[in-house]
Order: sequence, then C-alpha cells, then structure tokens
Amino acid sequence: MSEEKHEPVPYQTFILIWVALIILTGITVGVAQFDLGAVNVWVALSVASLKSALVLFVFMHLRQESLLFKIGLLAMLVILVIFIGLTFTDVLYREVLL
Amino acid sequence: MSFEHRDDTGDRFGMWLFLYTEVILFSGLFILYAIALTTYPQEYITASNKLNIWFGAANTVVLLTSSLTIALAITAIQRNQIRLCISLCVATIGLAFVFLINKYFEWSHEISLGIYPASETLRDMGPGVTSFFNLYYFTAGLHGLHVLIGATLITVVAVMVAKGKVTSDRYVLLENSALYWHLVDLVWIFLFPLYYLII
Amino acid sequence: MTKTPLTNTGFYSESPRSGVLGWLLSTDHKRIGMMYLGCITTMFIVAAALGLAMRLQLFTPGQHIMTAQTYNATFTVHGIIMIFLFIIPSIPAAFGNLLLPIQIGARDVFFPKINLLSWYLYIIGAILAVLAIFTGTGAPDTGWTFYVPFSTQTSTNVSLAALAAFMLGFSSILTGINFVTTIHRLRAEGMGWGRLPLFVWTLYATAWIQVLATPMLGITLVLVMLERFFGAGLFDVASGGDPILFQHLFWIYSHPAVYIMILPAMGVISEIIPTFSRKPLFGYWAMAISSLAIAFAGSLVWAHHMYASGMSDFAILVFSLLTFIVAIPSAIKIFNWISTLYKGSIELAPPMLYALAFILQFAIGGLGGLALGAAAADIHLHDTTFVVGHFHYTMFGGTGFAFFAALHYWLPKFTGRMYNHKIAFIAWGLLFVGFNTTYMAMQAVGIQGMPRRYYDYLPEFQTLNMVSTIGSWVLAAGLIVMFVNLLNGMRNGRPIRMNPWGGATLEWQVPSPPPMLNFGKEDPVVTRGPYDYKGVKADEF
Ligand code: HEM
Ligand SMILES: [Cu+2]
Repeated sequence: MSEEKHEPVPYQTFILIWVALIILTGITVGVAQFDLGAVNVWVALSVASLKSALVLFVFMHLRQESLLFKIGLLAMLVILVIFIGLTFTDVLYREVLL
Repeated sequence: MSFEHRDDTGDRFGMWLFLYTEVILFSGLFILYAIALTTYPQEYITASNKLNIWFGAANTVVLLTSSLTIALAITAIQRNQIRLCISLCVATIGLAFVFLINKYFEWSHEISLGIYPASETLRDMGPGVTSFFNLYYFTAGLHGLHVLIGATLITVVAVMVAKGKVTSDRYVLLENSALYWHLVDLVWIFLFPLYYLII
Repeated sequence: MTKTPLTNTGFYSESPRSGVLGWLLSTDHKRIGMMYLGCITTMFIVAAALGLAMRLQLFTPGQHIMTAQTYNATFTVHGIIMIFLFIIPSIPAAFGNLLLPIQIGARDVFFPKINLLSWYLYIIGAILAVLAIFTGTGAPDTGWTFYVPFSTQTSTNVSLAALAAFMLGFSSILTGINFVTTIHRLRAEGMGWGRLPLFVWTLYATAWIQVLATPMLGITLVLVMLERFFGAGLFDVASGGDPILFQHLFWIYSHPAVYIMILPAMGVISEIIPTFSRKPLFGYWAMAISSLAIAFAGSLVWAHHMYASGMSDFAILVFSLLTFIVAIPSAIKIFNWISTLYKGSIELAPPMLYALAFILQFAIGGLGGLALGAAAADIHLHDTTFVVGHFHYTMFGGTGFAFFAALHYWLPKFTGRMYNHKIAFIAWGLLFVGFNTTYMAMQAVGIQGMPRRYYDYLPEFQTLNMVSTIGSWVLAAGLIVMFVNLLNGMRNGRPIRMNPWGGATLEWQVPSPPPMLNFGKEDPVVTRGPYDYKGVKADEF
C-alpha cells in the first residue's frame, strides 16, 4: 500500500485557529449574558458547530485526508441526526407531557 | 510468522471509526439532555444558573489550548524537532491535569451545597432541576474519564517519542492519540454551552 | 492423500508458538475465527438447552420443572446468551474472521492484535454472563431487554449481566472497526468493489452498523448500572427522567442489531445459492446495494418495538410507515435468490438444503414482521408468543439455519475433512420439521392470545403448546445429529482437496486447511468475478 505522507501544517496555522476558537468561545459566553429566549440555545449550538468544524478540519487534519474520511464523518452525523430527530417524533407529540 | 504491513492512512482511518463510536456513546446522553430541555425549559435555566460560568469558561480555554499543543506536537515531530514535540506533549498532559483539578474544585463546591445525584437537596428542587444535575454529573463524569484516558495515551506516546520508538518517519501513534485528544475537546465544546450557558 | 492428523496441516501446524499458547496468543485470523467458532457453538448449545427446558415447562399448564422465578431467569439467560453470545457474533466474528481476509485476497485483517483483543473481550463477556447466573443474588430476571423500571429495582444480578453485555458490545465494535478498515485497505490487486463476494458486502454493511449503533447500547447499559449504584434517576419520572426513553435508547441499538444478525446470514446464502445452482448470482449490484440500504433503513425503525409503550401516536404512525420501507430491500434479496435458482442446475448438497430452508423460514418470519409492523395488529399481538414465534423464525430459522449452512459449507475448508452427507440430510430433515412445528405452533397460540414470558397458561392453549414442545424434541434430535456428524467429520472424515463444492471465490483456490498467511509467497492477483463458474469444477471426494 502506498504511503501518502501529509505536509506538516505550519505552526502559525494552528495558532491562528486557536485564536479563532478562543474568540468564538468569548462570543458564546457574551451572547449568553443576554436573554434572547430560545435563540440562545441555537446560537450556542451554531457557534459550537463552527468550533467543531475548525477542530475537525484543521487540528484533526481532516482537510488533508481522503474523501473516505469525510464520507465516514458525514454518515455518522446523518445517523446521529436520525437518532435524535426520530426520538423527537415521540417526545414532542405526547398527549401528556411529563 | 505473522502478518506485517505498514499503512498509516489505514491506521488513522481505524482511529476515526473509533471516534465515531465515541460520539454515538456521548450522543445517548445528549439525546436525554435535549428531551429534558424541551420538557423542563424553565427549570433548566434555574439549574444552569447554579453552575459557575467561569469554571466552565476557564476549562474551555484550557482544553482548547491543550488541543493546540497536541496539534503543534505533530508538526514538531514531522519536522523532526523531537525535544519540542516532547515538551508539547508534556504541556498537553499538564493542561489535562489543570482541567481535572479545576473540575475537582468545581464538583467539591457543588457537592458541599448538597447537589449530587440522589441527594436530598436535589430532590427538594423538583424533577426538572434534578434531571439537569443528574445529566450534568454523568456527562461531565464520562467526559472526565475520557480526559484521563487521553492523558494516559499521550503520556505513553511521549515516552515512546523520547525512546525513539515514535519518530519523524513513523508517528501514526502520536497522530491517533492526538485525534483521541481532540475528540475529548469536541465533546467539551458542546457540553460547555449546553450546561453552563442556558439562560 | 491419506490420513494425516489435522494438527500437521495448514495453519494448524505453522505457528510461532506451539501448544495452547499458540492459539491463545495467536493473531492469525483463522485461529481466532476457529476459537470464536468453538465458543459460539458452545454457547448456542447451552442456551438451546435452556430453551428446551422452557418448552418442557410449558408442555402442560401448571408448574412442573420450574417455578415462576426460575422461568423468568431461564428466558432471560436464554435470551442474553442467544443474542449477545451466539447470534450477534455468530457469523461475523466466526465466519467473518475465517473468510473475510481470504475472500478479498488479504493475508490477515487490518488490525490483527485488536482482533485478538476483541476475542478476549468476548470471553470476558461470556465469563461475566456466567457469573451473573451463578453468583450473588440470583440470575437476572428482566428479559434480555433490561427494561426499566424493573431492571433498576429487581434484586437479581442485573448489573453484572449488563456489564457482560457491555463488554460483548465493545468486542463487537472492535470487530466492526477492523472489518471496515480491512475491506477498505487490504483488497488484493484486481479485487475491485464489483468483485467482492456478496458475503464481504454484507459483512461490510454489518460492520458499519456495529460501529455506529453499538455504542448506544453501551451508554444505555451504563446508565442502568449507574441507576442501580447511584440512583442516577435518568429514567425515573420522580427525578425528571422518562422510562420510555430507556426503550428508545435500547432499541436504537437493538433494532439495527437485528440487521447485524441477519445481514451476514444473507451473505452466506448469497454465496451458497450460486455455487449449487452453477449460475452467477442474479442482480449482483442490487444485492450489494440492498445490503447497504438495509443497514441504513435499519436505523430508522427502532420504535416499532414500542407501539404499546405509551409513546405518541404520531411516532407510531411514522415508525409504522418506515417499518414497511425496510421490507423492500429484504424482498429484493429473496427475489434475487429465487431468480438465481431459476433454470440453474441445482445440486441439493447439505449446505444448499439449509440455504433453501433459510429462504422459506426467513420469508415466513419477515412476513410475520410486517403483521407486527402494522400498529393496529401489533397492539393485539404485542408480548404474545406470536412475537416469540416471529423472531425465532427470523433469528433461528433465518440466521441460525444460515449458520448451520455456513458450517456445512466452510467447515470442511478449515478442517480439511468432509462430514457424512447422508447423516447431514437426516439432521437437516429433523431440524426443518422440528423447527417449523415448534414455532408455527407458538405463532398460532400467540394469535389466540397466549402471552410471552409466562411459565403457566390457560387450559385452552394446551394442545398447541404440546405440539410446540414435541416439535422442540425433534429439533433437539436434529441438533444432536448435526453436531455429532460435524464433529465426527472434523476428526474422521474423508480428506478433501481445494474445492469440494466448485466455488469460484478465492477461499476455494487455497489448500484446505489454508496455510498460515493464506497465500503463497506471491500476493494474489484477482482476474475474475466471485460467481464466474466458467471452467471451475468441484473436486471428487
Ligand atoms: C433449541 C432451540 C430453542 C428453543 C427450544 C427456544 C425456546 C424459547 C422459548 C420457549 C422462549 C420463551 C418464550 C416465553 O415464554 O416468552 C424463548 C425466548 C427467546 N429466545 Fe429462544 N429458543 C431456541 C433457540 C433460540 C435461538 C437460536 C435464538 C436466537 C438466536 C433465540 C432467542 C430467543 C430470545 C431473544 C428470546 C426472548 C427472551 C426474552 O423474552 O427476554 N432462541 N426461546
Ligand atoms: Cu425491530
């Protein structure tokens, strides 16, 4: 099997990403100081997803990996959404909420 | 006679598959969380306010930084800067312990307030708050266990780097331990806002 | 070829270590596969004995050989062993290990050491399960499903049993990771995706389910244990939990798990039918894709086990609809096997007979599944022995028979010896008659309203229960004849050469038993499809 070696990612890239992550953390903490109702949770989750994407693609080198790795990740996420989503078809529509 | 082959990409792919299983493992707890949050929105806000945001935020910074150091360690070994690589691993392990110590103080504080699974105080606060703290303890507990495992893995690899068993030519073990460590970080990236920042 | 002892041939002879350690520390996929096969078969025999004991108790109404509590423990242990220690690892871990690398032209799986680790986790799980029966406060009595709140309150050994299942789940995950990686990275030159034997395709689909669904079982069982030890309360209404969510989490794993059980069995059948019809498999790509489709659709339907649980009507509607969709890819498979048989030159060798029984019995079980998938019918049939009959038709009549088919098809390859065919026919006849009598009667009495998991019943159910129990004796006789014949064949059977059946996949192009690294010095290069029988002839034996 041939050996595909990755080019080393420059130190600066990682440090820049780290700065971005810290800023994003600041943003979520900041937004959480204001009561925006249900919007809060969605902002928190969106920022968290963005942070995860940075970690996945840069820190975890997913950018440099082959398509297979990305398809695998996508498959896992689809399954995850199904598990969560279909459970809600029950919980949201109960006659008596607990 | 045994089967010898070398395929770093395959090794990493196996590790990614393992990480998927970890995500699904945690997702069980996150599903329970999501449902409880829709059932008890008000109580969850009350409960979340009892957690100290600054403990959580500090730990977020610690974990993000440790993710950085271990990512840098890979570039270091690729460039054959062995000393630097080892220092970065040690820094990561150090940050892992900072995280755990922080957690220890946070939990001691809460336990001293009588908040822990199956406690009297919690029962008096009603089902919504109880469910929040139960989930909080078990999710953070499981996460803490992963921090411990990750730190152990990185320690082992750091020793192997020092002994020259993991080199700039062959470092997939370091890569896989780093992947595991990033997963620990990823879980926390979701855990932090969901438990500390609900208002 | 005269009688050389088995230990002098193939992978039995070449090993870096000799004796028992040569097995216990071996990372060779064939040795690990044989160890799995031995353990799994033992587990099957133990659990089958428990099943027979239950049938004996149910012969007539009233208490005979066991009390209510013993009966509860018996069906629980029977279920746990059959599910976690027999059927889930049966075909993937045993035959998958033996065959997957050879069929794709590899010398071993991708992670040989992890493969051994997963065998040890299996053994630890088995030991814990046995300990759960004989130590502490009594054998678990929750049923294999561990439903809360009972499982968090009963005083029996539930925690240990849950820990056992957790270990077995971990073992299954590691096997899954190994197989996915192996299939992606170790295919021989020329072994494109279009040349994979169907057995490999089904193992591939199965492995993805093992990876993506099993962790959910892990966390669910951990939560049950936490609940028992710390009063975690996550499924307890008083603490803001919800017991129905346990059922969701449990079935999110356990429904996909039924595809872990059946998909590899379908793979086995897809190998056997073409070989004994001397025709390429009909609709290769439809078969391959439908395996993946089953794996995917299998993750959409879990709550059809929960129509009677009190979940919302809307969810019942959604899951009922989705359940019917899964039937489509399964039906594709049945049609394609039958089309393969059509105008083939069929040879009724023992593996083929088991394969044909599989098709019939799996179809009956699958159609019963449709009846249960319709919510209106299920409300009536839920928790009756109709359900017990249904899942035995799919798991035992389906996967169990496919496992027997695989034993008859591939065991000679790995022992180098052939069993007695006449006795194999007799065993098959007994099994077929016994199986169908036992479970058809159970289905019938279930429709009349007999509940499952009860040690006693009303007098009007007696006739059918007697029929079922007598059927179980015929079944038992069949099992005994079959296992004795196979064991005898392993030791004293006539030696075979490479290709006793005339198969076209790679395992028939290596010696029986295969050598340590499967192929000679040169790595194999594949130049033809898995069902290309042109010029392939069966050896005389
Ligand atoms: C000799 C063969 C077998 C016999 C006689 C047998 C008999 C039975 C009986 C009488 C029950 C309990 C019915 C009740 O009261 O609810 C049962 C339950 C069950 N059987 Fe079997 N069985 C056999 C083989 C198998 C096989 C091969 C499998 C799966 C691979 C299997 C899986 C199960 C499961 C999962 C349950 C449900 C346990 C529970 O309720 O928790 N059995 N079997
Ligand atoms: Cu199901």
